[in-house]
Amino acid sequence: MAMGIDTAATRAQVEQRLRGSSRDVAGKLFRATLLLSLLLTLGLLVLLLGDVLRRGLPILSERGVSFFSNGSSTLPARAGISQALAGSIALVVIVAVVALPIGIAAAIYIEEYARDTRFTRFITANIRNLAGVPSIVYGILGLVIFVDFLRKLLTGLNTTGGLISGGLTLAVLVLPIVIITASEALRSVPSGIREAAYGVGATRWEVIRSHVLPYAAPGILTGVVLTLARAFGETAPLLLVGAVQGFFSTGSGSTGSKLLGTYTALPVLIYDWSGRIQKEFKDLAAAAIIVMMVVLLIVNGLAIYLRNRYERKW
Amino acid sequence: MAVTQADLQGDAKRRRKEGLVRGLFFAAALVSVLISALIVVSLVGKAIVFLTKIAPNWSVLWTGGWFPRQGQFSIPTIFVGSFIIGGIAMLVAVPLGLGSAIYLSEYAGPRSRRRLKPIVEILAGVPSIVIAYFAITIISPDFIKKIVGTANYNIFNLAAAGIGVGILTIPLVATIAEDALHAVPAALREASYGLGARRKTTSLRIVFPAAISGITAAIIIGLARAIGETMVVAVAAGGTGGSQFTTDIWGPGQTATGAMAALATGTDSVVGTGATFESLFFVGLLLFALTFTLNVFSERFVRRVRQVY
Repeated sequence: MAMGIDTAATRAQVEQRLRGSSRDVAGKLFRATLLLSLLLTLGLLVLLLGDVLRRGLPILSERGVSFFSNGSSTLPARAGISQALAGSIALVVIVAVVALPIGIAAAIYIEEYARDTRFTRFITANIRNLAGVPSIVYGILGLVIFVDFLRKLLTGLNTTGGLISGGLTLAVLVLPIVIITASEALRSVPSGIREAAYGVGATRWEVIRSHVLPYAAPGILTGVVLTLARAFGETAPLLLVGAVQGFFSTGSGSTGSKLLGTYTALPVLIYDWSGRIQKEFKDLAAAAIIVMMVVLLIVNGLAIYLRNRYERKW
Repeated sequence: MAVTQADLQGDAKRRRKEGLVRGLFFAAALVSVLISALIVVSLVGKAIVFLTKIAPNWSVLWTGGWFPRQGQFSIPTIFVGSFIIGGIAMLVAVPLGLGSAIYLSEYAGPRSRRRLKPIVEILAGVPSIVIAYFAITIISPDFIKKIVGTANYNIFNLAAAGIGVGILTIPLVATIAEDALHAVPAALREASYGLGARRKTTSLRIVFPAAISGITAAIIIGLARAIGETMVVAVAAGGTGGSQFTTDIWGPGQTATGAMAALATGTDSVVGTGATFESLFFVGLLLFALTFTLNVFSERFVRRVRQVY
């Protein structure tokens, strides 16, 4: 055979042989379908936020500050979110005070102290299962344990301790999430750091306090922020542990009993408003959703910022 | 002079502190076990009270509908409702969640992945009450109404609630499935490409089967989450006040979670017959047992993935 054959034509022939004769229509369709499922998810998100903005923004611009400073009312034009916002903030503070120390300490035990025994495996499996328990079941736990307990504890103080019950219930609800995210952050610290500290004679606690925790801090913090966001948006268990729906006045009691007694939270208020028949209340619910989503977006954005700012590549 | 163990231990004060700290951390880890125990105790205790109150009329547990104030506690009514919601939710969440997961894991490059992943992450951060609002203000009046026609339309229906719950479950299914796909070793894909397979063939015939345990786990966990979801059902399914046994997805119905929310809040919480309040705990116990079983089941599947790679 002569060497001077048409190389361009040969290449085309060879390529066609390798690729197959048909253009990859099925492959392109498959890819388009996959992308479509992502875009459809995005579409739902846009539709949801768009509708909420369309309904809620006029309320916010019309009512302005009074929407935030007014309390509950039977008149849509007067109703506001002040009590709900205060309740939600108080709940998140209780969750932070209770769930974070216990959760992070539990994660430290599991990652740094526990040996791989049967009992340790039981604890971790138990935590994973707790994370899968429906939130309303935690409401039952709160109802039986915290509400009844606090009522007995606080008899004579003329209060039910509702807010504290709610906060403790949410704290128990998010505890597995705190433990799981903190464990992941601790696990990502390379063992060389620990070994170097042990090598110069540090005890286990000294290693954890001065070396492991500082390196794990950004990861733990991100988990903490996301956990508090979760507690902020949770509704179902609060319905069981006595968050007030509908109308209430904070009454004339002392500041202490106000703090401990009747309370409501932003998601509970949204639930209440969106269940009402009047269109005005549904629009109020949209306005309250905007407030809640803005808070959540800021908080989540903060978490992402923290993660990117302090993330280390080992 | 020989070095003894005591020389290396450090002083007693330091050792005592060490033991104390360790004890505190251990106690914190035990809190989670305590919580599980308390959940079971609080559910079982009052569930037994419920059963003794309705005894010996056991038939109220399966005849009629779910009307707690009238002493009708038909368990099939609410749990069939739960499974209908779970089924509709999976019809929404499995295709969208798995499609997103395969695209993100197998098709998207690092840059488009960084741009597309936040869609799933933002949706994961949307509270369920917001999706509940979405179900009652858009899904039901704008979509379900067009499907069934105005004559047969009921603003409260299982279909709208199920779709809402499905949207809520998409991020969960997508994240777990993507992790499973990601865990498939690159060598498997490379071997497939080396044999001349296309990306679609590689994704569907090589990567997907290799990750099937994790994907099954994603679907089971998604189902457990859907069955345990409360707010969307409480707002959009229309079961507050009770429901007849129904399998009509275009009409109102009640689920286990919805029944519990209704018992705790609305008109149902008025003490009707003696066992109304206690039925809350019985339903809670059944729901807990169901989701617990599903979670243990999914754990099995996840462990299989870990063993292979």
